[in-house]
Amino acid sequence: MELLAFGKTGWGDELFYATLMTIAVSITAMLIGFFFAIIFTPLKLSKYKSLNLIGNFYTTVIRGVPELLVIYLFFFGGSGAIMYVASIFGYFEYIEINAFITGSMAIGIISGAYSTEVFRGALQSIDKGQFEASKVLGISKFTQFYKIILPQMLRLAIPNLSNVWQITLKDTSLISVTGLVEIMRQSYIAAGSTRDPLFFYSFAAVLYLMLTYLSMKIINRLEIKYSRGY
Amino acid sequence: MDFDLMFTSFPKLIGATVVTLKLLSVSLFFGLIIGLLFAILRLNKNIFINKFAYGYSYLFRGTPLLVQIFIIYFGLGQIEYLRSTSLWIILKEPYWCAIIAFTLNTGAYTSEILRSAFQTIKPGIIEAGKSLGISNKIIFYKIQIPIAIRQSLPAYGNEIILMMKGTSLASTVTLMDLTGVAKYIISTTFKPIEVFIVAGGIYLFMTFIIHNVIKFLEKKYSFSQ
Repeated sequence: MELLAFGKTGWGDELFYATLMTIAVSITAMLIGFFFAIIFTPLKLSKYKSLNLIGNFYTTVIRGVPELLVIYLFFFGGSGAIMYVASIFGYFEYIEINAFITGSMAIGIISGAYSTEVFRGALQSIDKGQFEASKVLGISKFTQFYKIILPQMLRLAIPNLSNVWQITLKDTSLISVTGLVEIMRQSYIAAGSTRDPLFFYSFAAVLYLMLTYLSMKIINRLEIKYSRGY
Repeated sequence: MDFDLMFTSFPKLIGATVVTLKLLSVSLFFGLIIGLLFAILRLNKNIFINKFAYGYSYLFRGTPLLVQIFIIYFGLGQIEYLRSTSLWIILKEPYWCAIIAFTLNTGAYTSEILRSAFQTIKPGIIEAGKSLGISNKIIFYKIQIPIAIRQSLPAYGNEIILMMKGTSLASTVTLMDLTGVAKYIISTTFKPIEVFIVAGGIYLFMTFIIHNVIKFLEKKYSFSQ
């Protein structure tokens, strides 16, 4: 137990901050994922074949390739790509991107592919009559989406989005290979310096279980909130 | 674009694909057995057996696969007693550690898939079997299991693809699978995009094959013919 003490003697405070880092990366990645989903869901549902192709390419490639490979692409290719863009604008110095940004971008793009599929499924299962009825009532496209379609979509999407959240949370453990100090990396450091890997990795597992358990509780509440009236 | 690198790295990556496929097939085989076993335990009426099976699947589905591999590979070696037993011959090899972790992980997911398939079997089918005087054992083996397997094919296909992606984590315990070799080539040549295209292409090809095999099986064993 003294291994987990807070302060200089134990690893408690380090692991606590690492847990906060895992939560921060997960939330950032989830939001980046939503951003991608907002772009790619309309593409997948578009009338035009070429736009469909772009949307399908994104979701198929990302969901068919291991997460670790995507992370390596970002880790090794990220600063190169940024430097290439910067060189177009006449900036030739070395640019190093923060591990947090690379990591959450990589996980965000992965989570975005899953979110896109969820949103597409939810949007497709809304009754056509809802769109037609709001059109007949003369409601503008914007209000139609925000006041009629979106609330119904959320009810259908939240259970599946909770799965996406769980996947994203667990995927953040893979960012440890890039050196960002989250739960997995911190446990690796602690296990290395105390020579007690069994304890620290088991503790990491407990931390992840706690995070998944707590997020399930919160999501269940959201689910109840959005399914009022059903 | 460095096409030369893409051509020269292709045979190396194909060689590494064999390791990935070996890891995948062995862990899926044992995972299916464990999954079926725990799915049956989940349907048991005894609350302790039931809770035990639930705890197993909760534990392995709630934690990242990376943690599970690290606990088995780095953690178990710490126990002095284990080192003295014959189990150590298996546990000191990263290959077997990875397989144990993958097997337990896919077993947990498979047990959930099969359990829900068992629960969705219409009671009428079992009642029909009973009224024909078929024994409970034969109803289970000849009626419930085949229907459950058919029912769970789509979900199990997803699980195979997820597991194929999961085998990439073997590279973190020094195994040179497809991702491991890809990472090695990237870190020596600093050409991430080219290597990603080749390695990603191989993974996508495998996904494509698995997807179509499952689709074929679904059609072959569909109820309405």
